Amino acid sequence: MQRVWAIIERDLRKFQHSPFLMFASLVLPLSQLVILGYAFGGNLKHLKVGVVDQDGGMGAVKVREMLQAVGATAKTFSTVDYSNLGRAVSDLRNGRLNGVVDIPPHFTRDLLARADPRLGLVVDNTDNFTASTLEGTLTSLVNDYYLNGIDARRQPTLQLKTVEVYGYTPYIKFLFPGIIALSIFITAMIGGGIIFIDDKARGLHEGYLVTPITKTELILGFNLAGAFKGVLAGLVLTIFGSLIAGVPHPLDPMRTFKMLLVICPAATAFISMMFLLMVRISDPLVPRAIFGVLNTLLYFPSGAVYPVNAFPRWMRVIATVDPFTYAVHGFRTLLLKNTGFGAIAGDVAFLVVFSVIMTAAATALFQRTV
Amino acid sequence: MDDIEVEKITKRFGDFTAVDEISFTVGHGETFGLLGPNGAGKSTLIRMLTTLTPPTAGSARVLGHDVVREAGAVRKSIGVIPQVMTSDLDLTAEENMTIFARLYGVPKDRRKHVIRELLAAVQLADWLDKPVRTFSGGMRRRLEIARGLVHEPKIFFLDEPTTGLDPVSRVAVWEMIEQLKRERDLTVLITTHYLEEADKLCNRVAIVDHGKLVALDSPLKLKATIPGNNVLEVSFSRVPDGWSETLRALPEVSQVTATDHVFRIASNNGPRTTVELFEAARRADISVASLSVQSTTLDDVFVHYTGRQLRDAPQENLHYDMSFMYKPR
Ligand SMILES: Nc1ncnc2c1ncn2[C@@H]1O[C@H](COP(=O)(O)OP(=O)(O)OP(=O)(O)O)[C@@H](O)[C@H]1O
Ligand SMILES: [Mg+2]
Repeated sequence: MQRVWAIIERDLRKFQHSPFLMFASLVLPLSQLVILGYAFGGNLKHLKVGVVDQDGGMGAVKVREMLQAVGATAKTFSTVDYSNLGRAVSDLRNGRLNGVVDIPPHFTRDLLARADPRLGLVVDNTDNFTASTLEGTLTSLVNDYYLNGIDARRQPTLQLKTVEVYGYTPYIKFLFPGIIALSIFITAMIGGGIIFIDDKARGLHEGYLVTPITKTELILGFNLAGAFKGVLAGLVLTIFGSLIAGVPHPLDPMRTFKMLLVICPAATAFISMMFLLMVRISDPLVPRAIFGVLNTLLYFPSGAVYPVNAFPRWMRVIATVDPFTYAVHGFRTLLLKNTGFGAIAGDVAFLVVFSVIMTAAATALFQRTV
Repeated sequence: MDDIEVEKITKRFGDFTAVDEISFTVGHGETFGLLGPNGAGKSTLIRMLTTLTPPTAGSARVLGHDVVREAGAVRKSIGVIPQVMTSDLDLTAEENMTIFARLYGVPKDRRKHVIRELLAAVQLADWLDKPVRTFSGGMRRRLEIARGLVHEPKIFFLDEPTTGLDPVSRVAVWEMIEQLKRERDLTVLITTHYLEEADKLCNRVAIVDHGKLVALDSPLKLKATIPGNNVLEVSFSRVPDGWSETLRALPEVSQVTATDHVFRIASNNGPRTTVELFEAARRADISVASLSVQSTTLDDVFVHYTGRQLRDAPQENLHYDMSFMYKPR
């Protein structure tokens, strides 16, 4: 055990003397949290919608009033009047408009005759986000129109009312748990990947291997030291990230304790996976080269930035074996729902089992000779 | 029983033989040198003796322990300084030493004392708490020498401890190795490609070339075994046909080798050969462009056994050279 401590002590002293690692593993996740959180989090606003009134009747006037009302209050879009559909669509193509609402001739007549009146919406479907926002807004508008407007007698066919259990969650909060996992992962990438292989290539490991240390002790030492640094990064990010993302009570002791229950096995899982990947590598370029690949392969399918349910099947398979998935799920459960131990037990169990398997495999593959 | 016993040890990488059936023994208290050019197989041999690489064939015992079957016992009893500098730049001298003291299981109450004593022995006592990053190459090497002795081993392996150091630091390192060896009753196995180093430090020298042991004896005897007491290095204004043969036929000449118009002539009587040499040149109507006469050195021994000079050897093995990725020193 003395020898395990020697490895840990060495790693932590190195870390203490050059805190660059800590800095690096906090800056990238924090900047992602801020930039991605705000970039993807907001509702679309200030879109421009052309309105072509080919009807001119009182039904059309009513539609235009409602569109203008949206522009004035929700600021989702503002309207521009066009007399010619062709010109409006050409402006849409040129990017001067985000959508065109077409009120066809005979709209008022059809409305009054209850002969299935139609409104046209032309969207730029190269930008699906904008298109679906406009579609959604207009659909609800049209529904309102039929329900409360002229056609009050028409029965609603379906009314869906959403009940939100946790109150409104902005995207930055949704993203936050993934960012904590990312910071732990980056610590593992730098400490267990880059620094580990550089030390090896510089012959530092040769220095250890001529001492009586066993390979189990060596791997245990590297793993524990790496995990410790990951836990530190995870904790710091939990606190700073809570402030940025607006999670209440960033220092709540009970939640911090529960967070540690997930952070510790998550850090161990990442670092032990890293050592397994690096156990037979000696070229210092390899960890640098696979940094981005690993990040993409593990971070994005985990549900950290987008719900797993939206993924194709093959990606959900990755998510199932990806330690990120469980870390993110555990953090999200604790930070956004503040639930009890039961909700994170499965995540913790997966991470622990995963760590044990990775460490065992790395120990089996580790060569004590050079 | 000798401290180190090597029996037909062989290492192959694929079908390349890096170390080829080398055998030797090193007695207690000896300083044994492995002398050879880059790529000769010195490090590979040391790696096998220090349990880092298993031999392909043959065997070796250190203090009676087999390096493969009893690797643990071997590791406990040896100190090793690898060829590349392995001290941790981010840590201080004392921290570097402490980590290794712990790895070797030196009890806590002895650690501090041993470390201070060793750092004083390599004249780094004042640098105890300074980060190794601020050290010169020679200081790093001395720190590593101290580190290798932190568990007070009886056998000390050093792989090219002075390569890359300036001449002054090199001499300082030699003196430290000699002193430590005397004070601590060490058996030392050292590899080098500096002939002066082998000559000055070693009781016996093994010349290794292309993985093979080509000669083994004390530096004095090695020098005595080769023909000639003097070596003439001479070049001429022009080299006539059959000139080597003419030179070989001169009185007292025992061997002639030519490299790039420079002739190395081993002679049993330097002055006499020199006189005859000028006479021969006059007869052939050429002049002597340069001439030096020296007494035999290990260099000549090396040329004698390998047919080339040590300094002609191919340049640095870059296997571990990552300097391009890091700041200098
Ligand atoms: N792991 C390896 N795989 C393949 N070839 C190797 C390996 N290690 C060493 N060699 C080769 O074996 C030969 C001997 O190498 P070694 O490092 O033992 O030489 P050396 O005498 O120590 O040279 P130097 O003075 O450069 O340190 C070299 O040709 C080297 O390329
Ligand atoms: Mg070498």
